[in-house]
Amino acid sequence: MSSYELMVIFTPVLSNEEFNAGTKNLKKFITDHDGEIVGEDTWGLKSLAYPIAKKTTGLYYVMEYQAETSLNAKFTIQMNRDESIMRFMITVLDKHAVAYNDRKRRGIKIEKPVPAEKESNQLTEKEA
Amino acid sequence: MAKTDIKYLTTQRVEVRQKKYCRFKKMGIKYIDYKDGEFLKKFINDQGKLLPRRLTGNSLKFQRKVATAVKKCRQMAILPYVTDLLK
Repeated sequence: MSSYELMVIFTPVLSNEEFNAGTKNLKKFITDHDGEIVGEDTWGLKSLAYPIAKKTTGLYYVMEYQAETSLNAKFTIQMNRDESIMRFMITVLDKHAVAYNDRKRRGIKIEKPVPAEKESNQLTEKEA
Repeated sequence: MAKTDIKYLTTQRVEVRQKKYCRFKKMGIKYIDYKDGEFLKKFINDQGKLLPRRLTGNSLKFQRKVATAVKKCRQMAILPYVTDLLK
């Protein structure tokens, strides 16, 4: 049960409930194949750095899940069939990545590597 | 007036070059997130090309991680492949 991260760009012409339906059946696919979803994050409409399929904006959706390694092959086939998905990427997460995402979800202040002054990692009030 | 040394008006400032260090090792960063475009912009020049190690000062291990992260970022259209005056 290794952990993966999926990032999907939907076509911007999608209406809100179509977008929700799209993300819902992504999640359903994973839970059907006895994977479990750790967390998800919708960035919504963002402008792309370069046009994809003649469109300059896209609906971003990020999801982290744990599943068998065999699931991803079926997952990519299913996503290739789906026209509303312009582009997707599945990345494997190692333990540092999982810790990073976990920290980010819990909102602990992540010190950016600032070369100049020493970053004092004070606790944010949410975390305290 | 003993001619010991020549006195300049302003002291001779030899420009001491700050020793480059790997910011990931120093800050203890273990994972470089490919979704974070703003942070990765520090490692590409204004044409969108990856900066070499001698300029970023990264260690080999983290320069490779930065490279894969930037390539994933470009794939997901967060960073452009080629541009001008990116910054």
